[in-house]
Amino acid sequence: MLLKNTYNEFIKILAKPRSYLGIGALTLLVLLILFAMKADGKSFISFVTASFEQTLSFNGNILNGNLIAFIILQMLIVHIPLLVSLVTGDLISGEAAMGTIRMMATKPISRTQIVLSKFIAGAVYTLILTLWLGFLALIVGKWMFGSGDLIVLNSDGLVILKEQDILWRYGLSFGVAYLALLTISTLSICLSAFAENSIGPIVSTMAIIILFTIIGTLDVSVFDSIKPFLFTTHMASWRSFFEDPVPWTTIRNSVTILVAHNLILVLIAIYKFNKKDITS
Amino acid sequence: MENTEIIKVQHLAKNFGSFQAVKDVSFTVNKGDVFGFLGPNGAGKSTTIRCMLSLIKPDNGQIQLFGKDLQKHRNEILSKVGSIIEKPDFYRYLSAEKNLAIFARISGKDVSKREIAEMLDFVGLNGRNRDKVGGFSHGMKQRLGIAQTLLHQPDLIVLDEPTTGLDPQGIVEIRNLILRLKSEQNKTVILSSHQLSEIELISNRMVIINKGQSIIEGDVKELLNAQEMVVQIDVNDIEKTVNVLKVRFENASFKQINERIIEVNIEKQLVPSLNQTLVQEGVEVHALEPKRKLEDFFMKIIQS
Repeated sequence: MLLKNTYNEFIKILAKPRSYLGIGALTLLVLLILFAMKADGKSFISFVTASFEQTLSFNGNILNGNLIAFIILQMLIVHIPLLVSLVTGDLISGEAAMGTIRMMATKPISRTQIVLSKFIAGAVYTLILTLWLGFLALIVGKWMFGSGDLIVLNSDGLVILKEQDILWRYGLSFGVAYLALLTISTLSICLSAFAENSIGPIVSTMAIIILFTIIGTLDVSVFDSIKPFLFTTHMASWRSFFEDPVPWTTIRNSVTILVAHNLILVLIAIYKFNKKDITS
Repeated sequence: MENTEIIKVQHLAKNFGSFQAVKDVSFTVNKGDVFGFLGPNGAGKSTTIRCMLSLIKPDNGQIQLFGKDLQKHRNEILSKVGSIIEKPDFYRYLSAEKNLAIFARISGKDVSKREIAEMLDFVGLNGRNRDKVGGFSHGMKQRLGIAQTLLHQPDLIVLDEPTTGLDPQGIVEIRNLILRLKSEQNKTVILSSHQLSEIELISNRMVIINKGQSIIEGDVKELLNAQEMVVQIDVNDIEKTVNVLKVRFENASFKQINERIIEVNIEKQLVPSLNQTLVQEGVEVHALEPKRKLEDFFMKIIQS
């Protein structure tokens, strides 16, 4: 029954116009960045490398597909959560608002299975969004700008990664970026289990992200103990794969925190939805 | 009619915060019954029905369907139940056949595309299979709701206010559909409705609930027969009729409607005697029309 309802969830997501809104907006944003970089990328790069030009000499194709993909990921990883929650925040509460959750809940499928099937569908949608981002950023980026070594500016300084040493880093960084986005998806579905309308969970998800991000950036000692446990602290962990050497312990810690968030949020949603009286 | 209990609700209670929606509701539905579920707004009908379909968890009481405890055998029981609660809601962005396929997929039985098409045909929606439900009228959605209810061939059908918002033709169609389900397929139907006359026409048994409590339960005909009724009498001499009523039928109350018609509230078994007495006293009785309907009975029960 879980698989059957997951299939149902895919049909619903595919039929909803807002599902394509996220993919369309993402495509438009990436194409805009690619166009801007094609038109004026060199001056953008020289602005970054200017401070190093007295000590370093940059040769070859610096503005390549690898750098473009990095810039795109850096720019969009903050905005994609909105596109994710636009669809996933609606999965339970949208049905409550429409009244269809009442119809579903009178069928011989457990409420736990209803919630799990929505999480699976949300996870697949988030994966498609992440893969699409990866395709546009990396494949289209390389097609338009060619390949080459990647120069990354970190807090410690410049890191130069060889062309043949990059692909696996992108593979894993997209994996961690997906986990971060999955946490957003899980959070919005969890909030969706508490709500009776579509907008509430979407707005609440964004509010939580903004609140946690502010807490994470505030340099106040009172928040120091909770900062490591906020999922927003680990949203940019994908960047760690572009350090040399790769800080595996930090990444492992981030993955653990994100996985724990996902599990806890799923359990809260299942508990809440099972306890809920459906009166809509 | 078989006397197998399909539903047994005992001392059901449900609170929403400090509001007691259902205090103590008990009733039994037998196999093959078309069971009327009556009560004014806020009586607890919908809450009771939602408890029976596991949409709401009761605070107290027991619900058994098909002889099994609902909480312990939820999925097994619900696979034998089809329902419309208040109004059928569908995915507006999907077609009629896709909506049916979605609900059929989680109904516990495999339903083919052909069966979906046949069901749409059965409820009069043939030719609209691929139309999006967003463009359907209320009546069409109601029919689609009936199709969704019947598609997995349930043994028990629960219809909560199924004729709400329908035009007279739609009401008649739904009524005929329910009668067909009983006569052709011997389905057990629970029907909650504000169209009280409809309950009287369709149901063989009923329960009345008010303020969260079941007040009376039984055979519709027996319950109605045991009560007083209102007869409207068309006579040529209204004064003489009033005198006869005052002298010979002291327990009857009456109300003069106009110079020819009088409405009399009287026990049913005394109606022939009233007619005979009026004729013997020289009153011409042009018409004697029973006016007592379920509405009157219902109001009387509620007010008492």
